[in-house]
Amino acid sequence: MNKMMKSSISLIAALISIVAGLLVGLGVMFAIGGQEPLRAMGILLTSGLPGNPEFGKVLYQAAPLIMTGLSVGFAFKTGLFNIGASGQFTVGSFVALLLGLVFKMPWYVCMIGAAAGGAIWGFFPGFFKAFFNVNEVITSIMFNWIGLYAVCVSIANIPPMLPRFYHPSGITNETAKFELAGNPGGLIPKIGLDKLFGSPYMGAGVIIAILLAVLVWVILNKTTFGYELKACGLNKSASIYAGINAKRNIILSMVIAGALSGIAGSLYYQSGVSQFGIKIELAPMGFNGIPVALLATSHPLGIIFSAIFISFINVGGEKMQQLEYSTQVIAIIIAVIIYFSAFFFLVKGFLAKVIGLDKSNVNAEPAPVIAPAGEESETVLIEPAEREE
Amino acid sequence: MSEYVIEMLNITKRFPGILANDNITLQLKQGEVHALLGENGAGKSTLMSVLFGLYQPEGGQIKKNGQVVKIDNPNDANELNIGMVHQHFKLVEVFTVLDNIMLGVEPNKLGFIQKAEARKKVMALSDKYGLQVDPDALIEDISVGMQQRVEILKMLYRDNEILIFDEPTAVLTPQEIDELMEIMRNFTKEGKSILFITHKLNEIMAAADRCTVLRKGKYMGTVDIKDSSKEELSRMMVGRDVNFKVDKEEQQLGDVVLDVKEVSVASKIHAGNAVKDVSFQVRAGEILCLAGIEGNGQTQFVHALTGLDKMSHGSIALCGQDITKMSIRNRSKTGMSHIPEDRHKHGLVLDYTLEQNLVLQRYWEPAFQSSGFIKEKDIREYALKLIDQYDIRSGQGPVTTSRSMSGGNQQKAIVAREIDKVHKLLVAVQPTRGLDVGAIEYIHKQLVAQRDEGGAVLLISLELDEVMNVSDRILVMYEGEIVGEFDPKTTTVQELGLYMAGAKNQYREVEQFGVEQPKESEVSQHE
Repeated sequence: MNKMMKSSISLIAALISIVAGLLVGLGVMFAIGGQEPLRAMGILLTSGLPGNPEFGKVLYQAAPLIMTGLSVGFAFKTGLFNIGASGQFTVGSFVALLLGLVFKMPWYVCMIGAAAGGAIWGFFPGFFKAFFNVNEVITSIMFNWIGLYAVCVSIANIPPMLPRFYHPSGITNETAKFELAGNPGGLIPKIGLDKLFGSPYMGAGVIIAILLAVLVWVILNKTTFGYELKACGLNKSASIYAGINAKRNIILSMVIAGALSGIAGSLYYQSGVSQFGIKIELAPMGFNGIPVALLATSHPLGIIFSAIFISFINVGGEKMQQLEYSTQVIAIIIAVIIYFSAFFFLVKGFLAKVIGLDKSNVNAEPAPVIAPAGEESETVLIEPAEREE
Repeated sequence: MSEYVIEMLNITKRFPGILANDNITLQLKQGEVHALLGENGAGKSTLMSVLFGLYQPEGGQIKKNGQVVKIDNPNDANELNIGMVHQHFKLVEVFTVLDNIMLGVEPNKLGFIQKAEARKKVMALSDKYGLQVDPDALIEDISVGMQQRVEILKMLYRDNEILIFDEPTAVLTPQEIDELMEIMRNFTKEGKSILFITHKLNEIMAAADRCTVLRKGKYMGTVDIKDSSKEELSRMMVGRDVNFKVDKEEQQLGDVVLDVKEVSVASKIHAGNAVKDVSFQVRAGEILCLAGIEGNGQTQFVHALTGLDKMSHGSIALCGQDITKMSIRNRSKTGMSHIPEDRHKHGLVLDYTLEQNLVLQRYWEPAFQSSGFIKEKDIREYALKLIDQYDIRSGQGPVTTSRSMSGGNQQKAIVAREIDKVHKLLVAVQPTRGLDVGAIEYIHKQLVAQRDEGGAVLLISLELDEVMNVSDRILVMYEGEIVGEFDPKTTTVQELGLYMAGAKNQYREVEQFGVEQPKESEVSQHE
């Protein structure tokens, strides 16, 4: 009964959190005196549903989110906070665009290049953490800016990456489209999905992201490598005691997290949805990976769903503009909904307590089970949660 | 007025599916030391949590001086003058001793703390009961013994009359234990009543007036200590006879397994060496014990031996191979098993399951992985085998989160892992710390079995009973040096004590005869 109960509690808790978020979001709309709040909420909630033209957008926008979510989540699992996903995303994007626009490489070579670029950008914070115990958060933030400036300067100074190179009236503040550069093969294949979903940017990207999420799950849960990485994250002293090379694992963990963010850049720009703009603004995609990972408690398969959920809310939010809601107000409403979704665990814990499933005992010692008469030898101990000192 | 200051009558506390306290009665007389005895998981802590209002019992009542009282939270308990020294101290590490004592009941005028007033009261209490503390030292800088005195002063500062000590001796040296017993006697002379939770029978025999025994959540009875014996108490607690003497076969000495030559380890807290020029050998078929008071370099030596830290001088050979510069993994492969001192820091990844922890030293072996993929089935089978063989009890077997297991079973899991792994040398550091007699007996048997099968065991222990009972040869360590070698058959606890305290040295003259020098942990505060 326990497993059934637990999963139904999770489901109820998820529904309560989301409904609470929607209600508060609705409250915000009423409070600011927005146009027809109920209709706006309806648009927010239905635009991204399957069958609507925007459903494709939900999916192709989810693909890079899955990747940055995986990047942050993977690092979390190994005890590191990768706030550098943005920089890794930017460097990855640059390498993909460089290979695609200048060297006219096929899409998969660009993608591998992006992974390598992100990996290099993840290596530095990992290296400094492992050998000099410099907090990875500080290094990652600095590398976000170093990456951004370096990439912008490079793109501005590599003419074949800019539209002006191919057409005299082309602009110079963003990169050229793959078609313009004469390398449509640099775009991720559509494999008919663009027609199926009625969206020109829909392609194999989301499938690649989901496959990579499964791969990350396999690495973390089925391999000795993942076993070592998680052990280092959960208890570094015990891993060192067990002969695990903690320094190597910290670096590898950041390298892999960086590669995942790099692929996010490839999935985003090689879908054709947008061109890399030369502007001094950190890529938000990297930071959006943080709530994606947190909502899924860093579970790689959960990240697929949390990324789709956040993409769904974002797409619905964009559609609200037709009722003259400003993008800032929409951002607040989306933030409120995501914020409340994070209450899921609180609600779940509360429900479990009310129903009495929570067996946590404030004692560090377990209490014994007294077996029914006649089975006295079958004494087993229950599991009290140890109180953290 | 009732004869009893506190009575817990017919207390029943149920957790889902289990009965943690089944109709338990505990009556504490004014001015007595009352021991509460039971194995890990017998329900002692649950009973105390009920007394402190952390749990509401399903049945029974609590009386103070004959009046029924309701205790809903720890503040109610405090108002009834009940105080407790927890096993794991509840102190703010970066606060001073004085700040910790007055925390929560700071004397103030218009919101300004009156520290001088608090200091006066604390020092008066300190003098009156012989509880030496430095009021301005930070908690993180003082020894564990002094931290405990701070906890005791906290109770006194709050004018508590009923003092509960939860396993107070687990962290103390033999000398500190004697001091504590003396302090407890002073309290009872003052009319204070003491509830003493423990599973160490010697201490109960030495300090307690009466003893209430629990077993598996049930009340086994209350006995007068003067009419009882160690054997009777242990039978009541465990439900069977416990063998205090360890049976050993005739010793069959084999080849040298561990050869330690002139090892020195630099101290992390002062300029000198924590371990100074230590040399010894361990041979197959013997249990060599490194005895000493905590903080005399044993931890640093073990860290150098097992590769957790570097040594500054000397060399170590295992089975003839030089391992001085070897990685931890390679030392393990060469034949070293290590039961670490701190089971939570080093011994276990607490958030891993039991089965994941059982392969912590072996997950990379072909038996448990193939081309990098974990063989879940084989690990499960292996875990079930160890759980069965070593009687490791847990809620859900191999998939139990290690954090939720009791300390004794966590330790059993580590012992099982380290013994079952192929090894020539077993380094066991305080393998029975904090365990009950049943588990201690079990672990001692395992160590002796290692020896009888021709293995070499290096035991590092602070418990003199354990040192005398289990080992074949004893080395005493004092201030990082080996100060003497003994045969447990011909030496006495008293003699070992003199060497452990630095009053004697087999290899050189001791200048300040009988004067105990500051220990490593206490030196730090002066620097």
